[in-house]
Amino acid sequence: MTSTTAETSAPLSEQRSKTPRRARRRGENTLAGSLASHGILIVASVIALFPIAWLVYLSLGPDTDDYLHPGGIWDKMTFDNYTFVLQHTQFFDWLKSSLVVTLGTTAIGVLIAATTGYAVSRMRFPGYKKFMWVLLVTQMFPVAVLMVPMYQILSDLQLIDNYFGLILVYCTTVIPYSAWLLKGYFDTIPFEIDEAGRVDGLTPFGTFFRLILPLAKPGLAVAAFYNFLTAFSEVAFASTFMLSDDKYTLAVGLQSFVSEHDAQRNLMAATAVLIAIPAAVFFYLVQKNLVTGLTAGGTKG
Amino acid sequence: MTVAIDRATGKRRGDREPKPGPAGRLRRGYQKHWYAYVMIAPVAVVLGVLVLYPLVYGLYLTLTDANSLNTARTIGVNHIDATYKFIGLDNYADILWGPTAYDRFWSHFIWTIVWTATCVALHYGIGLGLALLLNQKLRGRTLYRLILVLPWAVPTFVTVFGWRFMLADGGIINSALDALHLPSPQWLEDTFWQRFAAIMVNTWCGVPFMMISLLGGLQAIDASLYEAAEMDGASAWQRFRFVTLPGLRSVSSTVVLLGIIWTFNQFAVIFLLFGNTAPDAQILVTWAYYLGFGQQPRDFAQSAAYGILLLAILIVFTSFYRRWLNRNEQQLAI
Repeated sequence: MTSTTAETSAPLSEQRSKTPRRARRRGENTLAGSLASHGILIVASVIALFPIAWLVYLSLGPDTDDYLHPGGIWDKMTFDNYTFVLQHTQFFDWLKSSLVVTLGTTAIGVLIAATTGYAVSRMRFPGYKKFMWVLLVTQMFPVAVLMVPMYQILSDLQLIDNYFGLILVYCTTVIPYSAWLLKGYFDTIPFEIDEAGRVDGLTPFGTFFRLILPLAKPGLAVAAFYNFLTAFSEVAFASTFMLSDDKYTLAVGLQSFVSEHDAQRNLMAATAVLIAIPAAVFFYLVQKNLVTGLTAGGTKG
Repeated sequence: MTVAIDRATGKRRGDREPKPGPAGRLRRGYQKHWYAYVMIAPVAVVLGVLVLYPLVYGLYLTLTDANSLNTARTIGVNHIDATYKFIGLDNYADILWGPTAYDRFWSHFIWTIVWTATCVALHYGIGLGLALLLNQKLRGRTLYRLILVLPWAVPTFVTVFGWRFMLADGGIINSALDALHLPSPQWLEDTFWQRFAAIMVNTWCGVPFMMISLLGGLQAIDASLYEAAEMDGASAWQRFRFVTLPGLRSVSSTVVLLGIIWTFNQFAVIFLLFGNTAPDAQILVTWAYYLGFGQQPRDFAQSAAYGILLLAILIVFTSFYRRWLNRNEQQLAI
């Protein structure tokens, strides 16, 4: 409903502004105002882009100290760093670990969080408020509180240095926020749809799976995106719980790369760029839904 | 908009339903709740097993003197049993008012508060400004939005890495400052500039989330409110003050709370920017991690005790925050 109100207002004001001396439409800027807006947005965009673009640029310099005199890179740009990283390091092992852990977390996290988000959105069961409070408090757990005991527990279960162990750990951070996010999204889906489903003889589960889930795709995309990014860029747990270097995730791999090949900053830069690519691709795939999802549900009350 | 708020609080549901008799109500209630409990069961189980149990265990550890030398461990084929002992609240006493408590805890505590307040203020301020700009009818705003969200899309450890190149002694930032004949600080060595750099990088990472959330909130404000305000002759500032800000209230209170929680616990930025090289720029979370995993012997008990203290601070803060919101009749979107 939110986006439609914004859109319908445009034709309304257009009709009104058909009076001979055309008044400035609402939301339309004066020339100076729109120049200023563009100016600020361009500056902000440059600031947002620059560190990433700079990293890409540095990764093309063949020598280790090129980042100190970047002007020289322009004349001797090469993809040598990339070929070296792909051929002579464990990049693909790390990529595999990252994908296993990240996709596992995303799938499990979204699935579990979706039913919960639906339940807290539609049903007022006793203990509802306390449950929401627990979801919020779980957001607050600093790494240090859980890491030590989790390390002990996982090593008792022999899940240290194991993908599944890491997925479980990530689920604890990812699920509460996803459930929260999805609750917000489900709130925006008209309750009449549930009622229609019930009239047609569907159980709440049936309503949820056959009517609500298909409608909630943008919300699910946002949750998936959040889960993916959290799992993909987590460092503390991954570097503590993954011990053998062929099971490192990319985040840990890059760290180990830093200490082992400290002088070869050009290679590190290339690795960093290679790592950013899957995330950027994933982001591109969900971005259409991302804004709709966050706009409609997300954090709205 | 009002409809949406009512839905979130569930009031409308209650009003709308026909009132059945007590027996029917009980039966229906049971039916409904049965489904609800089944649906939240997976999360309840996951949280119970993976959060509650470790939490209790961690709480117990804080009452002992466990470290990596006296906990149970397996070296090769030999299993060594745990030898740590129960010492009560000594860890907390030592952290809070033991000798050198100021250097170990309170200085980090103060810096953590400053860090959180500054970062969240910058996130919110810049995020709101950009969201307002993007909410206008503007050529190319989709492209702007896409670019501005980018810092969020790239994993933190990659961006922080890029920033380290830029902030290095001979990096682009200092070269640029030199070229402008400005002093070029030692970003990664000097305490003040380390802190400055950490805030700068974290702001860069955190603005997109605020911007997108607030943009969502802005688009949810009913356009007719603006038209009404305009007809009443409200100036741009008055429209912002009396329509936009109240309309953003529930979004704001939620994202600010989340922002505070996340920034307070922000591990990656400081850890990756400095590693263990900057004791004075560590916030409590990274400091606790350092105690538990960054030194030898690893001090598990103290690390966990820091964690519990952090959690306590956040819970107390959130309780007050919610009470304050309730007094102002604002909604937290949960």
